[in-house]
Amino acid sequence: MNSHLILRTVSKFLIPLIVVYGLYVHFHGDFGPGGGFQAGVIVAAAVVLYALIFGIDACKVAVPPSWIRIGMTVGVMLFAGTGVVTWLLGGAFFDYDVLKYDPDHPAGQHLGIICVELGVLFTVATVMVAIFYAFGSRTPDISDEDW
Amino acid sequence: MLSFIYAAGGPATISPPTLIIDIALMAMLVVVAFAIVRMRSLFAIVMLQGVYSLMCAAWFVTLDAVDVAFTEAAVGAGISTVLMLSAMLLTDRQSAPVGAKKSLGPLLVCVLAGAAMFYAIPDMPAYGDANSPANTGPGMEYMTAAVTDVEIPNIVTAVLASYRGYDTMAETVVIFMAGLGVLLLLGLNGNAGFWQAKVQGQNIFSLTAPRTRILTSTEDKPETEPPAPDEAAPPKPKPKRKPAAAKKRAAKKPAAKKTAAKKPAAKKTGGKGSAS
Repeated sequence: MNSHLILRTVSKFLIPLIVVYGLYVHFHGDFGPGGGFQAGVIVAAAVVLYALIFGIDACKVAVPPSWIRIGMTVGVMLFAGTGVVTWLLGGAFFDYDVLKYDPDHPAGQHLGIICVELGVLFTVATVMVAIFYAFGSRTPDISDEDW
Repeated sequence: MLSFIYAAGGPATISPPTLIIDIALMAMLVVVAFAIVRMRSLFAIVMLQGVYSLMCAAWFVTLDAVDVAFTEAAVGAGISTVLMLSAMLLTDRQSAPVGAKKSLGPLLVCVLAGAAMFYAIPDMPAYGDANSPANTGPGMEYMTAAVTDVEIPNIVTAVLASYRGYDTMAETVVIFMAGLGVLLLLGLNGNAGFWQAKVQGQNIFSLTAPRTRILTSTEDKPETEPPAPDEAAPPKPKPKRKPAAAKKRAAKKPAAKKTAAKKPAAKKTGGKGSAS
């Protein structure tokens, strides 16, 4: 796909913005629409867009497949780990209030939700990329006549 | 269907602009659905499915289900379109036409299911009905409690991550399991992470699976075997290819072999054939 200069230039500009937007969707998830799942899919979509424009081999250099195994495990551990931390701090499993004490605002809730949703983000983003890599690696390159 | 819902809901709950947008989106959904059914080009069908998902997302926004719309747009229009695209590239570009006799059964199923849905519509609560089960049951308790309890403005996130934290953790584990299954079955390079075969007593090993080769016709396969792609080149000395090896690989990827011939690749194999 070397001839698509406009596509390559525009996506080079867009892909970082997509990732930043994904992070916004995650960290703003308890105030606006969105959350870890949507953010994970958006981040994965940025990786997929990179693979579509620059080829899957270049994408595997930018996002190595070894990250996938680490990412999906870290996500689940982050989620469950938040519960374990609340446990160790003396609360019930997923009782976020013990994470941070604030007399007039349940700040622990925000902190806990950000943590568990970060776990969801990691798992969803890496699993989506994993599925794409698994199928995309088997697929021959799309020739220009097919677009 | 719309008139049913809106007539029951009463005119006070829906403003005319929303109604117009809803009807327009619904009409476009029907048009796209018919286009998907009538089309034969799989590439166009995959793209239209993305369009369908995006319009569904727009419709969810008019229903104030912003989180659902977000997910629909990201998953339905984004990721699954790409996944369908890569699945399509492994099979064929055109779908074979189905005879009238064969489509009679599915048509009957569709008509019956549609009739059942229309039969169920009067039982549905009206749009925006304050006394509907969704607006009176435990859902409302969460809505009222979350404001003072956890003080999180987005109720969806509050219920998802705080009140139903166990469920969401199990959901994350389900996604993890899905990824694990894909990695175990397909691997990241299309073949369990690496590719190996035993040809004439020698182990061929490569970090990536050999790329799908596109053949112009099935007769090309035995004689004019082009050299293996570079990724498949083993570190050990390359043994002579035997039909058995070719057959083994063909059995490994039956769907990929059937891929319709593309023009540049066809030229390549054609040139090789004439040279030999």
